[in-house]
Amino acid sequence: MRSHRTALWIASILVYAFLYIPLIIVVVFSFNDSKLNAEWVGFTFDWYKALFNNHEMLLAARNSLIIALSASSLATLLGTMAGLAIHRYKLKVLSILAFTPVAMPEILLGVSLLLFFLQVLNMTLGMLSIIIAHTTFCIGFVAIIVRARLQGMDESIFEAARDLGATPWQTFHQITLPLIRPAIVAGALMSFTLSIDDFVITFFTKGVGEPILPIQIYTMIKVAVTPEVNAISTLLMLLTLTLILIATRFDAHALHGKSK
Amino acid sequence: MITHRRAKWLMSGPPLLFLLVFFAAPSLIMIFTSFRFPGEFGGLAPISIPTGENNGNYGLTIETYQFFFSDIIYLEIFLKSFAIATLTTLLCIIMAYPLALLIARSEKKFRNLMIMLVVLPFASNFLIRIYAWMIILGPESAFSQLINSILAIFGVAPVTLLFSSFAVLIGMVYVHLPFMILPLYTNLEKHDPILLDAAQDLGANGWQRFWYVTWPQSLPGILSGSALVFIPVLGMFAIPDILGGTDDIMIGNLIKDQFLGTRDWPFGSTLSIMLTLTVLCIAGLFSWFARYQTRFL
Repeated sequence: MRSHRTALWIASILVYAFLYIPLIIVVVFSFNDSKLNAEWVGFTFDWYKALFNNHEMLLAARNSLIIALSASSLATLLGTMAGLAIHRYKLKVLSILAFTPVAMPEILLGVSLLLFFLQVLNMTLGMLSIIIAHTTFCIGFVAIIVRARLQGMDESIFEAARDLGATPWQTFHQITLPLIRPAIVAGALMSFTLSIDDFVITFFTKGVGEPILPIQIYTMIKVAVTPEVNAISTLLMLLTLTLILIATRFDAHALHGKSK
Repeated sequence: MITHRRAKWLMSGPPLLFLLVFFAAPSLIMIFTSFRFPGEFGGLAPISIPTGENNGNYGLTIETYQFFFSDIIYLEIFLKSFAIATLTTLLCIIMAYPLALLIARSEKKFRNLMIMLVVLPFASNFLIRIYAWMIILGPESAFSQLINSILAIFGVAPVTLLFSSFAVLIGMVYVHLPFMILPLYTNLEKHDPILLDAAQDLGANGWQRFWYVTWPQSLPGILSGSALVFIPVLGMFAIPDILGGTDDIMIGNLIKDQFLGTRDWPFGSTLSIMLTLTVLCIAGLFSWFARYQTRFL
């Protein structure tokens, strides 16, 4: 019995190491005073300085932030509506339309949207096309989270509200909305992270004008790797880490009923 | 009743409309595009009105599909993608199982933290996670040198780890591992420990308890994890693009090249539809398995 437990621990620690060592290496090399990502030479902030003097990169970060904020707001609004509608009215069509983009390989959505934008809408690809594309796949994620929250709820609350004479709007505003708020916040944070992280769909729906963060990183990795990539990676990790901490805090508060 | 109906459409109308326009319509356009002729300079040839002159031709064709099946190389690339997806899924099961089991059997207060530690690296940027392996597998890295000095002891010539199928596989496992750990943990966490006690009372040893009690119960978890790993791996293009060599082409790379390289949209659409059909078959197979299991367990 004991030896089994030990074996399980060793295997698990190895898996955790497999998950973390690569990322730790990226962070460590972002402070390494060498152009090669091979061995530790000395400590430096040079790669961060280079990053903040890289006009293209800053522009890319700004653009990605705009895209992520717009797409996640839109997806949160539409996804919450979809989650509520799927739960309450059991709309089969809507659930298929919302959940399929989540389940299928990303490249398919990217390619079909590329065709649609160019062929049907005759659109110049750019920020707008990326925002639309990101919204399309984020709606499903938000809807899944909101629906999961609704499924775990006692339906009698809503009946009670109706019996006490609340209009549908009052029920929604005073009962449903506060109850699903943690799910909405979780969905918003998730779609923000998904959007700022997304490479594949962005790759197909991007234009030529504006630099976008994942595309910029991709080009750096493919063409010329410098530790600047490590620096931007480290900063992005810090950003997502902060978002996750906020999300868990919010969740803990919501669960204990402290939020208002 | 009127207000109820209005509420229904107020709630479902906007997302329905958005998804019809930006998901359903593009999918249909892709199907349509696969039956068209490529344009002379990329893109598409115009649709023609059938007249006597062009023999009643609408400008539609099934040529791209014939082309797909006529050249064995496309089938080979599909099979190779299948092989990589299968291997990735198996490796993920092997790596995820002990960790998921340990978390499920840990004290309740530690479980959330342990799961959080699984999800955390997954929250960093997708490209960065691939890039990390470029550093580790690079020819000058400590890891590569270690592997090669071990190989040298056995008299094996040094190998390049980066830009190989091996690198692609590692990248695939690394990116998709959490998708296996989470559903597996959710399943294992629900197991009733009384069953294990009962097995022990009946004289089963540790291995027997695992094989006859834990493993069969965990199959639904493995199944949903496998679906979550297999399907995205099948359509992946970034990982072979960054970590693979020139031979490591998967379906995704083929599709990408048609749209952004050679600009043969009809053939790119045909390939995408083939991928969609494959994914649908696999998803169907997984859900069939899932139902089959619940009937017999």
